[in-house]
Order: sequence, then structure tokens, then C-alpha cells
Amino acid sequence: MSLPEADSALIELRDVTMRFRSQTVLTRINLKVRRGETLCVIGESGCGKTVLLKLIIGLLKPSAGGVFFADRDIARLNGKEMVKLRLRFGFLFQMAALFDSLTVFDNVAFGLREHHMRDEASIAGIVAERLQEVGLPPEVETKKPAELSGGQRKRVGLARALAIGPEVMLYDEPTTGLDPIMSDVINELILQTQRTMKATGVVVTHDMKTVAKVADRVVMLYPIARLEPGESQILYDGPPDRIESSLDPRVGQFVRGEAGERMRELARLRTAAPTAATAAK
Amino acid sequence: MAIAASTAAQAEEAPSTPIHRLGEQIFDHVSEIGDVATFATLTMVWIGRRRPRWSVLVPIFYAIGVKSVSVVAITGTFIGMVLAVQAYHQFNMMGLATRLGSVINISIVRELGPVLAATMLAGRVGSSMAAELGTMRVTEQIDALSALGTNPIYYLVVPRFLACVLLIPLLTLMGDFMGVIGGAVVSTQIMNIDSYAYWKHTRDFVETLDVFAGVFKSYFFGAAIALISCHRGFNSKAGAEGVGRAATEAFVFSFIAILFLDFVIGLTWNNVYRSIWPQTESLL
Repeated sequence: MSLPEADSALIELRDVTMRFRSQTVLTRINLKVRRGETLCVIGESGCGKTVLLKLIIGLLKPSAGGVFFADRDIARLNGKEMVKLRLRFGFLFQMAALFDSLTVFDNVAFGLREHHMRDEASIAGIVAERLQEVGLPPEVETKKPAELSGGQRKRVGLARALAIGPEVMLYDEPTTGLDPIMSDVINELILQTQRTMKATGVVVTHDMKTVAKVADRVVMLYPIARLEPGESQILYDGPPDRIESSLDPRVGQFVRGEAGERMRELARLRTAAPTAATAAK
Repeated sequence: MAIAASTAAQAEEAPSTPIHRLGEQIFDHVSEIGDVATFATLTMVWIGRRRPRWSVLVPIFYAIGVKSVSVVAITGTFIGMVLAVQAYHQFNMMGLATRLGSVINISIVRELGPVLAATMLAGRVGSSMAAELGTMRVTEQIDALSALGTNPIYYLVVPRFLACVLLIPLLTLMGDFMGVIGGAVVSTQIMNIDSYAYWKHTRDFVETLDVFAGVFKSYFFGAAIALISCHRGFNSKAGAEGVGRAATEAFVFSFIAILFLDFVIGLTWNNVYRSIWPQTESLL
């Protein structure tokens, strides 16, 4: 996929820090997502990738810094403006987050009904169309989420996110917990969505196959607890084809899935632990 | 270097002194009270702003109201029956057995009916709401609602609040009725108290205002159950343990709130009653 014009940042995080009580998850993050591009955010578990997505859509407010959408600070939006903003986003949650009490049809139709976007006849048409796009047969419309497989739930989640016609799609670990074939199906759907809807995309993932398939640009976050003092939390920001040749060895290790450095660190911690205990005594 | 950074981060995360921990506990409790107050205010704001759709309201009204009928009916009936059994011998020894109706029925409609019906509902409805909303929280369904531009308080809390506030008084009335019947059956059919005298004394002592006082309290009990249970569910921690704890806390805190409100409303009502009718006895 080719990169669109470089300067038109649709989403921008400026010096964003996020703390939960005394635990800091993100620190001084500066990141731009350009209009029309698909950005993949990778990194170890617990490095703040999902928090980043929730900051972008305004589900969380940063402890410091600002998140800007089309140059507007979303922390300063009032209730109605925030609703309007969120309707420009589609969010595929990690476990799909389908509403258990509603059928698949009602799940997909939810946004359209709640915001009176269409009449019931049009809604039925849109739901059928979206389900078809994600490769689900019409029979699933009457099923409850509990009756679906993991892959089907992800696809219904995607159909629900797409139903409101978003400008920006946020994907939280879209292939986690799926078999390799279903993962590829989801990757294809992401790619297809980005192409047909010309949506801007932010994909949080551990899966390098997803990165290779859908990313225009990759950002790698690193857990704060293991950062060197003064170091940026973003270890890599660039095109996917150059990530393996990054000068930072931690990037290459993550991409190749090598445990070497982590194992050495764990060994160091194990040997350091008795010393620390003695010092405490 | 990495180890040093890690140790520093851990030191930042863990409070190091007892004073630090005490401060954190106090801060947490004050924040919690503020959080509940904000939650209640937002619920009221949303009630005034927009009515939930019937398709959302009806299933919740059914689950909270209709499905609680049997629990409240059984509780009410047995309260009346047990009161009759326990009080009969004392009253009979004093030759006041025919007065049993007034004692049983006034106890039921003023105090035991509303409080025990609310307690049963806190257990049945409150825990269930907290567990349901807690599961929605940990499976990100509440975040999904927000992401779809729907306010979770409007969509999840307002219907439950309305159902509790509107239906718990009705259930209380039904519990009162069943208690009155249960007490009357045991008194007149098993203890062989004269039916005419039983009902006459009841009519002499139990007034409409007594029934109203009980029902009046139940509105507050319903509101407390809904707000506390929904708040616990919204703030549930992750995992089965977190959801289980939210459900337990919903019942325990609701129960404490019911007893506290019962006391406060009783006291306030008595003061108001005495200030209006200074020569009369207190109502509650």
C-alpha cells in the first residue's frame, strides 16, 4: 500500500502521558496518524497499546498532553461533539465486545438505531450488506453472540464497527486467539475495508503477519519499566519493510520473536533478588 | 540500567510507608464517595434528558419486576405467618389475642414489608445487575457502547434505575398484602382467633397513611439498590473474582443503605409528623 500525502495528520498525540493511579503506562508519546494510512502499533503485552487506542477515541483522557483529531483537542469536546466524533470511528475490540443480550442483527444495527441514522427497512439492508461483506451468512442474524465461534464474533464486531460508515477504523489485536486461517481472513477483511472505505486505520497487534499484510507504517512501543532513562517509548516509527533492519536490537528481537534478551534480563533479576533482600534487611 | 529503571518503576508503584498507605486508603474512600455522587447525578441528568426506548425498558422491567413477584410474595407471606406464630402466645397470655391483627399488620406495612422486600430485591436484583454490568465492564461491552456514541449510563443505568424505583414500591405493596394474608390465615385458621375481632382491630389501628409510609420508603430503597448495584457493576475489577466481588458488594452495600435509609426516613418522618400534629403519637 502506498503512503498518502505526508502532512495531513488526522490524529495526533502530543506529549501524551497516561497514568492509572501510581502506574504510568504511556509517557510523552508523540505520534501522528495521517489521513488514509494504516498504522500498526506493535509491542509487548502491557506496553500501553490498547490504552493508546482508547485515548484516540476518547474513552480515556490523558493524564498529560493532548489527543487531537483534525486539529481539535478531543478532551475539550462537549458531550454532543464527542458523540459526533465517535461516530466517525469504528472500533473492533480484542474480544469483539458484542452485546450478549442482543442478537447479531441488533448488535450490527445498534449504532444506526441509537442515533436514528436510518429507518428500519434501510437498517435491515445495511446489516445484511455488512454481514455479507465480512463473510457471514444471513442465518447468523438471529443468533446470540454466545452461539458464535471466536472468528465469527470478530467478524460480527467488524460488521458492527463498519455499519455506521466510519472514517477511522481502530483494531485492537484483531487476530488474537484465532487460528492461522481465520487470522488471515481477518487480515484480508481489514485490508479490504481500508481499500473500499478509504478509511484511516490504527491496528494494535502482536502478529507480524498482520503487520506485513496491512501496515503502511509501523510504530513499536516499549514497556516503560524497561526503558533506559531519557529514552523514548517509541522504539521504531517507519515503514514495515525496514523494521527488521532497525538499529535498535530490541525491535529486531520483537519482530523475530526472540526471547534471548528477556531471558537474560530475567536471569539478571533472579540473581539480583537475593542481594536486594539482603540490602533490605 | 534496565534493572535500575524497573526497580525505580516498582518503587513508584508500591506505597512504601504505612502513612503513605493510610493516605492512599483515605483518598480512595473519599474518591469513591465522590464517584458514587457523580454517578447518581449523571443518572438523574440522563433521566431528565432522554427517555430510554421501550425495547430496552420492557425486558428490564420484566426481569426486575415480574421475575421478582414470587420471591417477594413468598417472603411477605412467611413474614406474616412467622409474626403470628411468635406473637400469639404472649398476646394470648395477656388476653389480647384478638389484638394480634393490629400488631402483625402494622409491623408489616410500616416496617417489615418494605425492608424485607427491599432486602430480598437487593439480593435477587441488585446482585444480578452488578454481575451483569460487571461482566459487561470486563468484556469491554461498556467501552463498546461508548465507542458507538451511546452513553452507558443512559443505556444501562437509567432503565434499571427506573425499573427499581417504579416497581419496588409495587412489589412492596404486594409483599405487604401477602404478609397480611399470611398473618391472618395463621391467626384465624390455626390459632383460632375470632376473624371479626382480628380484622376489626386491624381496621382500627392500621391507616392508609401507614401503608403510604411504607411505600414511600420503598422508593428510596429502590433508588439505593439501583444506584449502588449499577455503580459496583460499572467499577468491577477484571476476572471472575472481580465480578463476584462486585455482586457481593452490591448486596452488602445495598443492605446497609436500606437499613440506614430506613432509620433516617423514619426519624425525619416522625419529626415532620409531630410538627404537623403535635398531640398525636409518632407514625414510624
